[in-house]
Amino acid sequence: MAEKSKIEPFAVKDCALSAIATGRRAQNLRELRDGLLTVHPGSIYYHFWGRLLRPSFDDPEYNNDFAAWARHRLHDVKLAERLGVIDPAEFGEIEALRQEVIDVIEERLDETEFLSWAPRDHQFHFIRAQTVVFDTRRRLEHPRELAATIPGLSVGSIYYHAIDARRREPQGVDDFSAWLARFGGHYADLSTRLAGLDPYFVTLTELRDQLSSVFSDYFREDGR
Amino acid sequence: MTMLSDYAGVVGEDVIDHLRQLAAPLNGMKIVHVNSTRQGGGVAEILSWLIPLQRELGMEARWEIITGKNEFYQCTKHFHNALQGAPALISEGLLKAYEATNRDAAEELGPVLRDADVVFIHDPQPAALLKHFPDRKGKWIWRCHIDASHPYRPVWKYLRGLVAGYDASIFSLADFVQMLPHTVYLVPPSIDPLSEKNMDLPAEEVTGVRGRFGIDPARPMMLQVSRFDRFKDPLGVIEAYRQATAFIPALQLVLAGGGASDDPEGEAVLAEVRAAAREDPDIHILLLPSDAHRTINALQRAADFVLQKSLKEGFGLTVAESMWKGKPVIGGDTGGIRLQVINHHTGFLVNSPEGAALRIRYLLHHREKLVEMGIKAREFVRQNFLTTRQLREYLTLMVGLTHGAEDRVRLG
Repeated sequence: MAEKSKIEPFAVKDCALSAIATGRRAQNLRELRDGLLTVHPGSIYYHFWGRLLRPSFDDPEYNNDFAAWARHRLHDVKLAERLGVIDPAEFGEIEALRQEVIDVIEERLDETEFLSWAPRDHQFHFIRAQTVVFDTRRRLEHPRELAATIPGLSVGSIYYHAIDARRREPQGVDDFSAWLARFGGHYADLSTRLAGLDPYFVTLTELRDQLSSVFSDYFREDGR
Repeated sequence: MTMLSDYAGVVGEDVIDHLRQLAAPLNGMKIVHVNSTRQGGGVAEILSWLIPLQRELGMEARWEIITGKNEFYQCTKHFHNALQGAPALISEGLLKAYEATNRDAAEELGPVLRDADVVFIHDPQPAALLKHFPDRKGKWIWRCHIDASHPYRPVWKYLRGLVAGYDASIFSLADFVQMLPHTVYLVPPSIDPLSEKNMDLPAEEVTGVRGRFGIDPARPMMLQVSRFDRFKDPLGVIEAYRQATAFIPALQLVLAGGGASDDPEGEAVLAEVRAAAREDPDIHILLLPSDAHRTINALQRAADFVLQKSLKEGFGLTVAESMWKGKPVIGGDTGGIRLQVINHHTGFLVNSPEGAALRIRYLLHHREKLVEMGIKAREFVRQNFLTTRQLREYLTLMVGLTHGAEDRVRLG
């Protein structure tokens, strides 16, 4: 195993989030747009991805908080649909994602004669998160070990390596793919399969199952 | 058996492992919680499981209480009401009693609080302790369990002066927050799956409770558990029951609440509820003692589904309690109920007796949906509203606070 000596083992990490109130809130669409212009970038991230690690329902109607608020509190279905289709995985930079949301809202503001207001107790609260990352001390020497390891990982680990990694890794990929890339082109096929997973529309437990299947299928084929 | 291994049986070993790893950097830390009572009320309930679990995870956790004379409690009762928006004129005398009680407690608890690594001060009662510890060593966190979204401003102005100096504060929901000049964390409350209120019960015990209160097991029964308080809308529940029984005459309603002898308004509401029930034999109004946890547990298990038709609500943990027993909940579209009842999935959110009646009829005509929603409701609580989740959030924020305030804290 020449590859084993050259490449650092995969360090299994875990994380947990603390939700933090920013104090910013919005009661109509213009206030939401104004909040988006200046709010902490971590808040944009939280309202797209943070739902995966906080009390939320596994089968939501909309996958980000902006779309859900537009639908349920402003009763603007068209806007909710436009916001709901935004896939944060397509945006490498959080600022690009922020601009996309603002553009969608401004377009809607241009179309609308009158502003809809949410009731006082249904305002949009901008929340951000503090992430605590900790090392599980577990190390994987060979990609094959991922097949046995993934099913036992916590959802925090899955979040850290499959979701959070995309804003840490320069290529915007998950940690597994980044590690596999260090083996040259040896695992190109496996990386392609991983790239085919869409983490935005599944829960973390579902994502864990999907990752597990990809790794176990790959290493089972041809006895790799 | 340890408490953590008991919880592992409910939430899974991976969740407990996660807690142990998260708690590792807090090992040996001195943690002190201060509130005003060891028994009764939601805060004491939380601390009674939180402290032993923190100890089991390696922290030196202590629970201290602040006690005072009658004037102290009068004052803090006013604080409580004012935080919830009720106008309260608090005399100088009461404020002095409040401050003196905190000063005395600061003397008594001095060494413990001065040396602590993290101090949690729960609600307004001990909030004035902070100013007596300019030489404190650790991080002090004010934990507000009250919905402070629309406080009575003159009283909030006074309390704000006491709590602004803390290192951080915690509120249950973003909607409940008053912004303060420090980090404001959001931690929803939780239920304890191993407590008498929520533990599994033998089927005979559920049957026995049905028999004790004359509930016919052969007919559908719906339940609301709450104080006899106008904000819980028991009259709206009876109205919804009447509208539903026009179509489903077999339906039974149980309204279970605590005794109201020390609450004049509670007595008045109870009288109105009795009058509205008009001696209907299928409306069971139960006055239960405050420690009737197993009875409430059994009633929730006996019900086909549960109502929490509040007009205004803090978090409304009875919703999570019922959902944990696999019951869909028809809840008022307010406060923390909105976080627990996911419309059409774990129950229904309603805004009127008519809305409640419609959903009652729906559930009773679609038994398969009722079962499906109940399963989803229990799983939703397992993932989100059990003590282990709340403990994880406390540990996370403690690690965050004691290791720097950056967006990302890396350990190890």
